[in-house]
Amino acid sequence: MAAVSHRKATDDPLWAKVLVVGTVMAFLALVLILPLIAVFAEALRKGLGVALEAIQNTDALAAIKLTLITAAISVPFNAAFGLCAAWAIAKHEFPGKPLLITLIDLPFSVSPVVAGLIYVLIFGLQGWFGEYLVDNDIKIIFAVPGIVLATVFVTFPFVARELIPLMQEQGTSEEEAAVSMGAGGLYTFWRVTAPNVRWGLMYGVLLCNARAMGEFGAVSVVSGHIRGLTNTMPLHVEILYNEYDFVGAFAVAALLCLLAVVTLVLKTAVEAAQPGMRGRSGH
Amino acid sequence: MTISIRSVEKKFGRYPALNKVDLEIKDGELLALLGPSGSGKTTLLRTIAGLEFPDAGQVLFDGQDVTFASAADRRVGFVFQQYALFKHMTVAKNIAFGLDVRKGKDKPSKAEIARRVDDLLKLVELDGLGKRYPSQLSGGQRQRVALSRALAVQPSVLLLDEPFGALDATVRKSLRKELRRVHDATGVTTIFVTHDQEEALELADRVAILNKGQIEQIGTPDQVHDTPETAFVCGFVGEANSFEGQVGGGQFTAGSLRLPAGGVREGSATAYVRPHDFVLDDGGFEVRIERAHVQGALTTVNAVAQDGRPIEISASRAEAARFQGTVKIAARKAHVYAA
Amino acid sequence: MGVTLTVLSLIVLIPLSAVVLKAANQSPAEFWAVATSQRSLAAYRLSFGAAFVAAVINSIFGVLTAWALVRYEFPGKTLINALVDLPFALPTAVAGIALATLYAPNGWVGQFLTPLGIKAAYNPIGVTIALIFIGLPFVVRTIEPVLRDAAEDVEEAAASLGANRIDTILRIVLPALAPAWLTGFAMAFARGVGEYGSVIFIAGNMPYKSEIAPLLIIIQLEQFEYARAATIAVVMLAVSFTMLLVINAIQAWARRFD
Repeated sequence: MAAVSHRKATDDPLWAKVLVVGTVMAFLALVLILPLIAVFAEALRKGLGVALEAIQNTDALAAIKLTLITAAISVPFNAAFGLCAAWAIAKHEFPGKPLLITLIDLPFSVSPVVAGLIYVLIFGLQGWFGEYLVDNDIKIIFAVPGIVLATVFVTFPFVARELIPLMQEQGTSEEEAAVSMGAGGLYTFWRVTAPNVRWGLMYGVLLCNARAMGEFGAVSVVSGHIRGLTNTMPLHVEILYNEYDFVGAFAVAALLCLLAVVTLVLKTAVEAAQPGMRGRSGH
Repeated sequence: MTISIRSVEKKFGRYPALNKVDLEIKDGELLALLGPSGSGKTTLLRTIAGLEFPDAGQVLFDGQDVTFASAADRRVGFVFQQYALFKHMTVAKNIAFGLDVRKGKDKPSKAEIARRVDDLLKLVELDGLGKRYPSQLSGGQRQRVALSRALAVQPSVLLLDEPFGALDATVRKSLRKELRRVHDATGVTTIFVTHDQEEALELADRVAILNKGQIEQIGTPDQVHDTPETAFVCGFVGEANSFEGQVGGGQFTAGSLRLPAGGVREGSATAYVRPHDFVLDDGGFEVRIERAHVQGALTTVNAVAQDGRPIEISASRAEAARFQGTVKIAARKAHVYAA
Repeated sequence: MGVTLTVLSLIVLIPLSAVVLKAANQSPAEFWAVATSQRSLAAYRLSFGAAFVAAVINSIFGVLTAWALVRYEFPGKTLINALVDLPFALPTAVAGIALATLYAPNGWVGQFLTPLGIKAAYNPIGVTIALIFIGLPFVVRTIEPVLRDAAEDVEEAAASLGANRIDTILRIVLPALAPAWLTGFAMAFARGVGEYGSVIFIAGNMPYKSEIAPLLIIIQLEQFEYARAATIAVVMLAVSFTMLLVINAIQAWARRFD
């Protein structure tokens, strides 16, 4: 009973706090911060002018354009699907619900390379529809549609998995109230359900977009790496890097880093606006 | 063990939770800390346990200063409102925990620990449930486990924070009796926090009533109920009609109401009258009876004074039959406090 | 409901079945020969081994990071909290070239390791480093909410029963985190097994030595060996499904204690 301590039972001693925070900082610096700095440092190695030139040549601009197109198609598509799926799952009762949720999450567990492979097996030359596509002169694999499909696959669950728990928490009472007052289904959705989940939707879209613009493995399999035609930004980074054009590779990479930083800033802002979003795990 | 609280102060931010609290707790007694939420009763209990440290003042165990000793060094048993059981451990492991974490020669043998756990399970009538997990128990059973876990370390004092707060009314009643029985069987000094006056009056040897971080009164249940020292105690413990009025010439006046108020400073005052202290009296003031309803062996009568003030009266059924129409009543006893 | 199922089938389920059907197009003997060839086995060993080691390392630093974020106040906390999600936001290829540049023998970090005789890039160590990067947020973000919701009164209960802080953490706090911890570990491991973009730049990609399983699929594809590619993909899919089941089982098990 003699020991004198001023520390509460749930508090750690100062040395432990310093040790833990110090270790965490050192580890994160080594694993996360240093790579981020390295990208910008390598990009600017020969000066800002060279870096800017590297992202302004025709191939780089084509890659940026393709990346934007891919995201512009796959993100709205998955956002719409996510809303539909979350609505169907949260507001209705049916057998096999847990299975459906697991299946929607499935693309997260599949290697991106396998995600690309499946579309090659279906639409490739030797694939299910290979002959039909050749006969009708439709290109999916080694063309933009394949890149979009593969991107849709790997980003499929992002919006749905944010919205499902959110909508389930909110239950159906507000919708029932709206319907009981004579509101139609679509009206109820836009006026009651959608405003309640707008932060979750933004959160999902943010993560979905980051992955859509940054996807590498799946897109790499279906793209064919045709410069100026089927190269997205991450693929362009790879080509330049493998050609030992490091400044060029890192200049385009720096652009993608900025995208990541903007994503993280917006994500932090969404969390600040909606504290409940915090700590939800995205992918 | 005796516990002395001396001029203890504690602030949370700018909010004073305890304001110069003094309290002596006798060896082996069962004391209730009673008060509304925010009165500081839980803070006081946690200060005794070493879960909070005061900004000023002292806590003494048997005359020894433990003000800043850590919770682990105090040998207190603490029972939490939400049980705070270790979910991933069986009931037996939960109870054994305090013995299990001891080191070296203080640590009892495995057989000794098992025997103690069995004894405790019997004491709280949970024999045979040692292998269950907390999630497989009812709320009342969980609280019994929490109680025996606290008792396992043979604490010098047992502290309970709203121990029955999370339970439904029936379980609450039976657990109250259980706590009294366990206290009598072990003789351990026990302090429990409650906002439920019925619980405090039924269970405790003495009751300390807290309000706004200060102790308003401490005494036996009879004392605090029958001779409340402050207006707050009178209003908080037991049922009471309260009236705002004036004291003059040894009498309290509020509209048509007249109440005896000997020895109270003249000027504005508050008067409290227990419902059962109103009796029919021709020398009293006039009230109109509105309705009466049965409450157990008694009848509660709702009356209205001439100036419209509602008054609640409680009487035996036979007597209540005489409260009809307009009658004159007086207070056998009134508690009048100068404002 | 109908829309959900249709889209799910068209985008996910039917395409996934294509890979299984393609692999099933061979005789069992052919399948087995490819699935268990020396080169495939070496690739699985690397992918699973590196993913496992990375997940273990992430479990340790992940729980420390989550603990610091939930329990402590320190300068730069908001920044650290945002940075933890960097691997979710940063394209994997960018992470790959950055890590390769840092940990190459003449890189910022690598130059200090070379004199110590440690080669941290273009070998299995490099693969592990990339997978640590990729997996960290899974562990942190699975543990963090559980830690934040955990009631502190159990820690106070342990202390009042005489337990010191270390006993309280080892016997009460950490076991209560175990389900979230295991889930985070399994998610980081599953992601690591399939990871491609961040790994290939730092891996070295030497057959039998530093060639990961997803790369082997791509190599087969480039040689138009579609059945072989599908075979390895099926093995990896089987592992993914198993990990999904394991994660679900952990969570079902954890719910028993609530």
